[in-house]
Amino acid sequence: MSEEKGRLLKIKILRYDPKVKGSIPEVKTYRVKEAPGMTLFIVLNEIREKQEPSLQYDFVCRAGICGSCGMIINGRPSLACRTSTKSLPVEIRLTPLPVFELIGDLSVNTGKWMRRMSERLETWVHDKEKEIDFSKIEEKMDPDKAEEIYELDRCVECGCCVAGCGTIRMKEDFVGAVGLNKIARFEVDPRDNRTHDDFYELIGDENGVFGCMSLMGCEDVCPKDLPLQHKIAYIRRKLVALKNK
Amino acid sequence: MKVIYTDALVIGAGLAGLRVATGIKDRGHDVIVLSLIPPKRSHSAAAQGGMQASLANSAKGQGDNEDVHFADTVKGSDWGCDQDVARMFVNTAPKAIRELANWGVPWNRVRKGKREAVINAEKVTITENEKAHGLITSRDFGGTKKWRTCYVSDGTGHSMLYVMSDRSIKQEIEIHERIEATALIHDGERCSGCIARNLITGELIAYIAKATTIATGGYGRIYKVSTNAIISEGIGTAIALETGIAALGNMEAVQFHPTAIVPAGILTTEGCRGDGGVLLDVDGYRFMPDYEPDKKELASRDVVSRRMTEHIRKGKGVKSRYGDHLWLDITILGRKHVEKNLREVFEICKYFLGIDAAKDWIPVRPTQHYSMGGIKTCYTGESPTLKGLWSAGEAACWDMHGFNRLGGNSVAETVVAGMLVAEYISEDLEKNNNVSISTALIEKFYNAEKEKIDQLLNGNGTESAFELRDAMETIMMDKVGIFRNGDDLIDAVNELEELYKRSKNIKVSYNSSASNPELVTAYRVQKMLKLALCVALGAEQRIESRGAHAREDYPERNDRDWLKRTLATWDSDDATLPKLDYEPLDIMKMEMPPGSRGYGKDNIWHHPDTAKREKEIEEIKSNMPNADRFEIQKALLDYPLPNKYKGKNERLIEPLS
Ligand SMILES: Cc1cc2nc3c(=O)[nH]c(=O)nc-3n(C[C@H](O)[C@H](O)[C@H](O)COP(=O)(O)OP(=O)(O)OC[C@H]3O[C@@H](n4cnc5c(N)ncnc54)[C@H](O)[C@@H]3O)c2cc1C
Repeated sequence: MSEEKGRLLKIKILRYDPKVKGSIPEVKTYRVKEAPGMTLFIVLNEIREKQEPSLQYDFVCRAGICGSCGMIINGRPSLACRTSTKSLPVEIRLTPLPVFELIGDLSVNTGKWMRRMSERLETWVHDKEKEIDFSKIEEKMDPDKAEEIYELDRCVECGCCVAGCGTIRMKEDFVGAVGLNKIARFEVDPRDNRTHDDFYELIGDENGVFGCMSLMGCEDVCPKDLPLQHKIAYIRRKLVALKNK
Repeated sequence: MKVIYTDALVIGAGLAGLRVATGIKDRGHDVIVLSLIPPKRSHSAAAQGGMQASLANSAKGQGDNEDVHFADTVKGSDWGCDQDVARMFVNTAPKAIRELANWGVPWNRVRKGKREAVINAEKVTITENEKAHGLITSRDFGGTKKWRTCYVSDGTGHSMLYVMSDRSIKQEIEIHERIEATALIHDGERCSGCIARNLITGELIAYIAKATTIATGGYGRIYKVSTNAIISEGIGTAIALETGIAALGNMEAVQFHPTAIVPAGILTTEGCRGDGGVLLDVDGYRFMPDYEPDKKELASRDVVSRRMTEHIRKGKGVKSRYGDHLWLDITILGRKHVEKNLREVFEICKYFLGIDAAKDWIPVRPTQHYSMGGIKTCYTGESPTLKGLWSAGEAACWDMHGFNRLGGNSVAETVVAGMLVAEYISEDLEKNNNVSISTALIEKFYNAEKEKIDQLLNGNGTESAFELRDAMETIMMDKVGIFRNGDDLIDAVNELEELYKRSKNIKVSYNSSASNPELVTAYRVQKMLKLALCVALGAEQRIESRGAHAREDYPERNDRDWLKRTLATWDSDDATLPKLDYEPLDIMKMEMPPGSRGYGKDNIWHHPDTAKREKEIEEIKSNMPNADRFEIQKALLDYPLPNKYKGKNERLIEPLS
């Protein structure tokens, strides 16, 4: 832990509450004295407790695990809780993630968007719904396969990839890298009985895997370093054969 | 007044709430789930290390079964748990994990042949059974005799929660996000739902249900530094207390985890030590073997936390501007292991400490972590005093953890309790179909909530909610922490009572009734202070040391006078302190009468029944010379379970015919 000198940070926050009549978006500036080990979680709480009790934002785990606190930090979608002020210049601009419904200030409704995505892509293992006797020893799985699934299962649905996506600005219904990564996750899972035809039904169009313009915005900003572009390309290769059938 | 009707209402969308909801829906009943946040963001997602279930697949899990898991759990609880419930739990945990495997959790699997591991700071080779290849594997955790903790890298809770949440979406369960339950509706005998507040619009809604389940997680945030999510504020627990009828059990039983990073208080999983990491002091010396030669870093959590504190008090801590700490060293595990099996830990160290955990030691200190106490239920999950109110998960005192919970037993509890409680609720719904509730009663509770909020927004209070919360957190930290003593506890109770009185006079400066974080803090802090008082008064009264409750002035465990569960109720709005009652645990019904946990020197005042029951058990056993382990177990403790979950669990060495 190094000893920062205690800069006087200038935090510029885009404030707007769509529920308040007559409210217009405006940038407000708050000054906060930097402390050692300070993160944006600490900064925002301090602003709320000492300067602006109405300030809206979302934190839950504050440990970079739950994906609640995605926001645009100096132009880049990131998790605020694990962003240290040390890594930023004196002036820090915070705006809410675009695309998602704005709740107020830095709080957006990622939950609603993600649920719709899950419903649409049916992000669960599809089996034959056979009656399983859970007293019996579990089905085996190759240890490498289990690890491969977890690699893709690590997505925290924070919405950063959606916010960083160029395609979605033009195609509102694009499922985003988060959605395509889910398909990749279930595609490698041997427990899921869906075929490539089934996946094609879900994402074999311009709102799915053929919509991505490979601008790489998603992978650059993914806080979990998921190999998003690689997986999108993989799924596209698998499905393109079906498209041309 | 907006009123929403459903068969079953579940407050909380973590692992416990979702498993209850899906179980009820599977039985054909309507269910609505409320959550402060999107379900997948619930605190369950933060569980890193794993879930205990006695599958006995891995080499180091050989010989494990329900009996061993039961013994570990009871010992871990310092005999404070309900042994019926512990039995229900250990028999269902293997089924729960297999169910989750089937639904999609990518549990790590056994890989046949030789592999390297670190045990007791030494590299060893473990050979995995060929037959077990591809079955669910397990790692070592504190306080367990076998390697029983099944895991998904160190994102176990995340994977479990995503599978549960996606399953609830599949089942089309209605989940109302950003809705906070703020009061239970009841007539003194039966609970009929809750009043909830929409955190976006501020609208109040009455949810009316035949069964209401509280699965809102723990109350760690009454402490200044906690590993818990910031929403783990115990509001669900508090609204049960505020009924005046439902009781909270063992609120003083609060667990401190040995290894949270300093200063942020973010957890590094017990898996770090389970996988071979060690604790070092200011001199780089590994001190745990001196205190606990047998289990060392993998003694039960409460024990390790106390030993660390003792060692720091001897001047062996590392000084820092945030106070003294010790080191956790996982460098010995090698970069590959750290970056893969302990990736969350690696990331946390990188982002919050700016260090490379594969190369650098991690600054750690014991930190508030888990709430053993909660809403007292009977084995079905229902409150014994307020019908129609149920609870599961960390919010409940079901009570399988007693005074100390074992790592890995908590996420296991959430899903196991979820499975079982869903069955009992469904049975109840099928029996009690026509529960009626008067509009007048709904209105009474609705108006009371409305008034409380008006008062905070428009009253002429003077107190700051943020300041009160801060003061409460500090008192809990300084005076109701790892080591406790009578003088500090009395001070704590007095000071908290004072804060509670002041909290009736809060003024919210930002005057919007819609989304208003200050208003939320205001009504929550009033509730949290009640919980803090239950913890502090419970701790002050309990003049013994048991599990995580360690009194310096009463270091012995006193079974003779204190083998009982604390029950706290809050009698009326005017009360400023909880009322405490005690419920004795009956040794004569125990399968495992109180004994030694095997840490340090024995310091127990025995209960006269202990010897009696031991003798009785010997007799029962000697009268059944040809019985197998199941028959003996049944003769000692015949515990209940829904039929669906009664079956024996298959293992490689115990095939089902
Ligand atoms: C950092 C960390 C690591 C852990 N690791 C492990 C581990 O490896 N193994 C293990 O067994 N245990 C572990 N635990 C413990 C375990 O994760 C928790 O005990 C468990 O997940 C709690 O689950 P739950 O469903 O009871 O509650 P939670 O997951 O906390 O969910 C609570 C839910 O209630 C909702 N809620 C709360 N209040 C209200 C209200 N008033 N109205 C409406 N909704 C409300 C929330 O929105 C949330 O959905 C860990 C805990 C921590 C802190």
